[in-house]
Amino acid sequence: MEQVIANGLYLGAQYALIALGLTLIFALMNVLNFAHGQMYVLGGFITYTVYGQLGLPFVVALLASGMTLAVIGALMEKYLFRTVIKRSHREESTMLLAAATAFFFDAVILLIFGEKQRGVPKIVKGVFNTDGLIMPYDRIAVGALAIVFIAAFILYMQYSRPGRAMRALAQDRVAAQLMGVAVERYSMIGFAMGAMLAGIVGGLLVTITGVNSGIGGPISIKAFMMVMIGGAGVVGGAIAGGFILGMMESVGLTVLREYGDVTYLVIFAALMVFLSIRPNGLMGKPWG
Amino acid sequence: MTRVAKAASISAFLAVVFILVPVLIIATGRTDLYYTLTSVALLSIASAGVWLTFFIGRINIGQGAYALMGGYVSAILVVNYGVSFWLTLPLAGLFCAAASILIGYPILRLRGVYFAMVTLVLTEVARLLALALPITNGAKGMVSIPLPGALSIFGVTIIPNFAGMQSPRLAFYLLAVTMMVLCFAAMYRLVNSRIGKLCQSLQQNEELASSIGVNIAYLRVIAYAISSFFGGVAGAIFAAISQSIYPSSFTVTDSINFMLNCFFGGLGYVFGPMLGTLVLYFGWDLLFQTGKFQLLIYSTLMIVLMLFLPNGLLSLGDLLRKRGSNNG
Repeated sequence: MEQVIANGLYLGAQYALIALGLTLIFALMNVLNFAHGQMYVLGGFITYTVYGQLGLPFVVALLASGMTLAVIGALMEKYLFRTVIKRSHREESTMLLAAATAFFFDAVILLIFGEKQRGVPKIVKGVFNTDGLIMPYDRIAVGALAIVFIAAFILYMQYSRPGRAMRALAQDRVAAQLMGVAVERYSMIGFAMGAMLAGIVGGLLVTITGVNSGIGGPISIKAFMMVMIGGAGVVGGAIAGGFILGMMESVGLTVLREYGDVTYLVIFAALMVFLSIRPNGLMGKPWG
Repeated sequence: MTRVAKAASISAFLAVVFILVPVLIIATGRTDLYYTLTSVALLSIASAGVWLTFFIGRINIGQGAYALMGGYVSAILVVNYGVSFWLTLPLAGLFCAAASILIGYPILRLRGVYFAMVTLVLTEVARLLALALPITNGAKGMVSIPLPGALSIFGVTIIPNFAGMQSPRLAFYLLAVTMMVLCFAAMYRLVNSRIGKLCQSLQQNEELASSIGVNIAYLRVIAYAISSFFGGVAGAIFAAISQSIYPSSFTVTDSINFMLNCFFGGLGYVFGPMLGTLVLYFGWDLLFQTGKFQLLIYSTLMIVLMLFLPNGLLSLGDLLRKRGSNNG
């Protein structure tokens, strides 16, 4: 049982970090970023290239992943999403744009990095082992790093000037603008940060699960689920959603093993029932 | 548009799809196009359903679930119980509509992204259910479904037996196109009726509509049921054409594509989904020659089109008209 909980916590920390980026973009722009999973994959491949191929230190690789994705995110906001939001009659049009960028990233990743599964050498060797609990050290390290990033993100949002501006934007765009918040600039920063988080998780997880060009879509769907569980656009909700999904997966895979491959069916069904009782998730805005 | 112009364009459209296209295909010998066009017709029926949920202000990424459901209902009835395909066609639609009422009643209270995500999850649920249930035959799927038999009423054969035909492709094309025409005619009628106006009020502001006395819960369930009916019918015909159905026949990708077809054609136009499906499907097919750059070019074109025509292809007509009236 300790093993199951430890696995759940480790998974949850990763998931929460993915969901944070998605929820940030959603809160600021009302855009559902379909390309989030693809950004994650891109981050993974950049770390693979810098750390696995070029042999530079892991920290450099992680930085490279984060920075590249941040730049991509900022450009996407400035040249694509902002334009479409301005010209379109209906807000939902950004979904087509987001889906198209997801396809675009898929194509680019496939062309540059190929379709093979890629892995990198372990960052820390060895396995932590006591009675009933086995955990490789690299998983512990990655889990801890993820928690550090989550904490840093929360502190940044809570106490820095840009963080405060972004929270104001998420609450009420017009009011924030009237109070003198540079709405366009902070939307861009927010989008860049969301993309950066996706890139960082990709870089972290490539050391454990590896990465291949096809996992972007499934990762996006998982991220959507976490955001829905917690409530879209809420930082605390994304973290809660991430840990809840991580736990459910970990417990489900153990408990339901004898019934075959039904864990996800149960999770999905539970989610639908949960959402019809509590449409805004655990702590979401009334509607997004 | 005047009444005459409308009648003329409708009859021109019917003449093209029922006469000109088959004649051209026979003349050029490109019988493979039948399959492509049949797919376009069927996909546009499913997309029309998605469009209808857009019309009440909901983003529906769950049409794949109903298409899969419809396909399985028809396949199971034909294979296990020996029911005629022509009877299973409406049954599949009605089954999906009934299921969508049960599912839709609670989830239609959700809005915006929440509804979109729940319907996305619904597609996954349908696929996983098809894998897990005993009656659907799991991952192996249902294969070698017999072709549709003859349909006769009072001894008069209305539709001949597909299995005995020389080219079931032409027959399937005609079937799919007929269904498409019926479906879009129904949509057009619905949108321009009193219910259509009420649905539009839902799209704009549900609280306001409700305060005036519109029964919003009832209306949105009805719209969703009609939408799922279309999905089920399209899925059932698809199963009959490919003579097989698998859990992976309709996946999240298909659900997203149905949605994209609507966006692409234009959310403000009834015939948007039809045009969107045609252009996207053919565009994808044409780009096949570019090999590994297919997806890259396709997605780039989509992004560019979105930047310049964010309200869909059909908004081009409005833009031109506006420009013309400004000049004149």
